[in-house]
Amino acid sequence: MLAFARLRELVGGLERSLSVPSGARVEDAWSALVRIFPALADERDTTRIARNGRLGSFDDLLTDGDEIALLPPVGGG
Amino acid sequence: MFSITTRVIEPRALEEAVRTKDGGIVTFLGVVRDDDGEGRRVTGLSYEAFSALAEREFETIADEAGRRFGDVRIAIVHRVGELRVGEIAVAVLASAVHRGTAFDACRYAIDELKRRAPIWKKEHYADGSAQWRAGGG
Repeated sequence: MLAFARLRELVGGLERSLSVPSGARVEDAWSALVRIFPALADERDTTRIARNGRLGSFDDLLTDGDEIALLPPVGGG
Repeated sequence: MFSITTRVIEPRALEEAVRTKDGGIVTFLGVVRDDDGEGRRVTGLSYEAFSALAEREFETIADEAGRRFGDVRIAIVHRVGELRVGEIAVAVLASAVHRGTAFDACRYAIDELKRRAPIWKKEHYADGSAQWRAGGG
């Protein structure tokens, strides 16, 4: 999983590997991360997901080796 | 040209890159301000981006602008890393035969970039504190 900006700081790094059971969805990986970093729980509603470099959703099914990016509200420009 | 870069943005080089035969080029430059809009003095910004997704989003935005406003060449470059007040954070250029198309496309592209592109900004304040800022800009 990749985490950016505010979320990166909350989880203490840009990149982290997570193991989830087969048939798991992005939501399950998120929940696993929240168990490690409870402060993330409040960020759920404002976080968008990218899966393998494309915008995805918390409902997406995971396959082995997927790269999930956690995107907080953007602020470029 | 659609890119996230750590280098100083050179608007003149970008103008040459988007230039078509004749017509007009509209250049928007976003420059780091020394205040946060709420009275706090800003000493600098840190930008970070999900580069692969951001560059793809720039291209999508440019395609949309072409469909909406007509034939236009667009360049979008956003800098990341530590920026000082007065430095260029983002450049959006639109080149078209008619100025209306160039102005409309440039405005659309910067507005959509701010709304959609996976880029984040942390403001550093004179008192030593810092904060991630969403939206606005």
